This record gives sequence, structure tokens and C-alpha cells, in this order.
Amino acid sequence: MTTALSIVNSPLVSLRNVGKTFDSGTVALAGLNLDIREGEFVSLLGPSGCGKSTALRIVAGLGTATEGSVAWAGGAAGDIGFVFQEPTLMPWADVAANVRLPLKLAHADPAAADQAVAQALARVALSDFAHSYPRELSGGMEMRVSIARALVTEPQLLLLDEPFAALDEITRFRLNNDLLAVWQELRRTVVFVTHSVFESVYLSQRIVVMTPRPGRVFTEIAIDAPFPRDERFRTSAGYAGYCRTVSDALGAAMAGAAA
Amino acid sequence: MMRPMNANRALRIALPVVVLTLVVLAWDLTVRGFGIPPYVLPGPGLVAATLVNDAPLLGQSLLVTLSVAVQAFLLAAVGGVVLAVAFNQWRLVEHAFYPYAVILQVTPVVAVAPLLLIYLPQPLAVLACAWIVAFFPVLANTTLGLNSVDHNLIALFDLYKASRWQVLWNLKLPAALPQMLAGLRIAGGLALIGAVVAEIAAGSAGAGSGLAYRIAESGYRLNIPRMFAALLLLSVAGVAIYFVLAGASHLALRRWHDSAVRRER
Repeated sequence: MTTALSIVNSPLVSLRNVGKTFDSGTVALAGLNLDIREGEFVSLLGPSGCGKSTALRIVAGLGTATEGSVAWAGGAAGDIGFVFQEPTLMPWADVAANVRLPLKLAHADPAAADQAVAQALARVALSDFAHSYPRELSGGMEMRVSIARALVTEPQLLLLDEPFAALDEITRFRLNNDLLAVWQELRRTVVFVTHSVFESVYLSQRIVVMTPRPGRVFTEIAIDAPFPRDERFRTSAGYAGYCRTVSDALGAAMAGAAA
Repeated sequence: MMRPMNANRALRIALPVVVLTLVVLAWDLTVRGFGIPPYVLPGPGLVAATLVNDAPLLGQSLLVTLSVAVQAFLLAAVGGVVLAVAFNQWRLVEHAFYPYAVILQVTPVVAVAPLLLIYLPQPLAVLACAWIVAFFPVLANTTLGLNSVDHNLIALFDLYKASRWQVLWNLKLPAALPQMLAGLRIAGGLALIGAVVAEIAAGSAGAGSGLAYRIAESGYRLNIPRMFAALLLLSVAGVAIYFVLAGASHLALRRWHDSAVRRER
């Protein structure tokens, strides 16, 4: 039985005093300080529009901070996998071709790519659907393809932007477990953006609660429950206690902004 | 026993046939009943007979017109797609040339044709007219397709540091395919129309004369049955072009695009 990684690991990515002001004048982030530690599962939790997605895109290099700095351990940015809120698949390509895309763009060796695709599909239990097209899949399966695509390069850092928000509860719970299983196996760093208290407590070692716009860190809460977690954790008293703590913190973050 | 799906299909074929039969019948009865002379309105039987008797002449003209239309279509397809890609890749090219593409499109080709006939040899002028009419929908639709790619997919390609050409080849062109094919379908019909308009404007006789010229010539000679026969052939050619392109488009999109995938209910 594995337990939680100790959270004294060194930071993989450090955001210092990061601010983001859009051309429209909207200030999405101001003074955001955040360390993402090697190997941890951390959630960014906050209300809609608090800038958590913006922060994630800045870490991914898909957006630039207008203030502050983003520093990677070792200097250069490492490999990143990104999962969007929508599955964001290419409808004209079958499942295998979608998962293969990152390797294809990097001109990877075809034989090695075949193997990596097969492995990534096996991880999300979609091996039988390699030659299906996205439109033939359910929403949950499409999201699993999206996760397989993010994993196929075995990235150092996996970023997920509210990936399960559009799914029904049963599918979401299942994907939560699948994601945790993958994380346990690969031991990569995961940053998970969500607005769900319950989802963040179930998944994370650490929850970063953000304030409403302009977003910054309100508080951090460690979830020290052991892994692997399963449905029994979801109904346990410990889980309920964490949910209350996190929910109260989120409430305080919202109230602080209103005051 | 017939499933509802098949019954529906059968109706979709049977109903137009019934309408056609009724119209031809009414046409025939009108011509006979009122004793209308063939130089005013020929009956369907006479038109059919003319079609058979004039088959060598009309067939050759049909080939001429079709060949112009097909050439114009191919040039429009290549030119429209290449220009759309150039517009998409280099904004300056778009700013420089798009207004002129629009002007070319909105100026009626009937008015342009006589000028082109002065400056170009006749076959080339006819081809140019057909091309002008056909190319714009390809350009406009492909441009629209290239510009409406899912922005998250573009972000994903950015994340994996895809080159410009990788983005174009692996993302933008496939994403634009449905719109591009819609543009090509319109262009096919327009190429035929452009060819016909230019032939009528050219109005010269000789071995290289297309169907449109046959129509104009038959009009001068009051050979109304041949006018009808030539018109019929043009319509058939237009329908054939439409079906070939619609079929090709369906084949290209059937696995993934909503417009081509049949939904089970």
C-alpha cells in the first residue's frame, strides 16, 4: 500500500508574484505565488472566473504572465501534457491517431510511437476503440482519449483544466479513479483545476484555494488521507471533514473578496 | 415487408418521377390539344426525337462545354485553395488581394466576357470566364474553414511546438475540409454556368462550339426543338456534376462529419 508522497519535495515549477491583465483591462491574476512540487497531485480550487484556468495556461506556456515570473527547476520548461475542459479531439482522426498526435508532431520513431500509443490507450482502458472515431464515443470515453493523448509522451507535468466538469456523476467518479490510478503508476506531477470541493478533496494531496478575480492564493490545505483512495474514502467521515474544511476556506475566500 | 426507412427512400425516388410524368403528359396534351406549332412549343416527343437525331452534333458540343467546365473547375479548385492557404498564412497577402477577389466576384461575368474576348483567344477567354465565376466560392469557403479551427486544438499544437506547416497540414486543412468541399460543390455548378455565359457572349461558330452556342444558333434559326434538346443536355450535365461532387464530398466526410454521417434513431 502506497501512502501519500511527503510534500517536502522540491518545486518543479515556481510562480512568483504572477499577474495577468488582459488587453480588455480585465485583471485575471494579481500577486499569485505558487509552488508545484515534483510528483505531487495538487488542485487549484476557486469560483468560476477566478483565474485558475489562466494560471494553468501560463504554466503550460499557452499564455504569458504580464507580471512576475514562472521558473522551472533546471531552467528550461519540461514536457507538459494538457487536458482541456472539452475533449478537444480531431474529429477527422480515429482514436489512435488522436493519441499519437504529440509523437507525430515531435517526429517520433514510428515503431516506438505505436508502442506508446498502445500503452496510453491501455492505461485508459480504450484499447478496443483504437480505430473508432471521436463521434462514435461517449463523452466520458472522449475525455479518456484526451487523457491518453496527454499521457502518451509521459510528460513531467500533467495539467488538467476542469476536465470532468461536463460529465455525469457516475462517469466523473470513474474517471477520478482512473486518473488516480494513472498518477499512482506514473508518479508524475499533476495540477488539477476544478470548482468542485468534493472532487478536489478526493483527488489531491494538496488543495490551493484561490480568491475571486483577481486570483491569488487564499490558503492551502493538505489532504493527508492515504492512497490509493476508493469509493469507501468518498463516503468516509474523514472525507466529509476535509470537505467541510475546504468548503469553509472557499467560503472565506469568497467573503474576503466581497468585504 | 418494407421498413419505414426503405418506404421513405422509395417515396423520395417515386414522387419526382410521378411529377415528371404528369408534367410531360400535360405538356404533350397541351401541344396536341391546342395544335401548337413546333416553332412555338415542340412536344416532348419531338424534343426526344431531336435529341436522338442530333445526337452526334449535340454530343460533340456537350463535350466541348463539359471540358471547359471541368478545366475551369479544376483551376478554380486549385487556385481557390492555394489562395485561401496563402491568405491564411500571410495576413499581408490577404490584405493586399482579398478586395480584388471580391471585386472579381461581384462584377457580373456577362459584362466582363466581351472584354476578355477582345484580349484573349476565344477558348482561353471562355475558360477564364468560367474560372472567374467558379473560383470565389472555393476561396471564400476554404478561408472560412481555415479560420474557424477550434482554438483549443490550436493551443494543443502550440503546446507540442508544432511548426507552421504541421499546423496547416495536420490541423487547419483537415478542419477546413467540410467547408472546402461545400465550396467545391458550388464551384462545380458555377463552372458550367460560367462556361455557358462565356460561350453565349462569344457567339462564334465552328468546330469548337459548345452547347450554349448551339442554343443561341438554334434560336436564330427558329429550331426550337433543338433548343430544348440542348437545354435538356445542359441540365443533365449540371445535375451530373452536382452528384459527382456531392458523392465525392460524402465519401471524404462519411466517417467523421455531421453532414455526412447517418444517425440511427
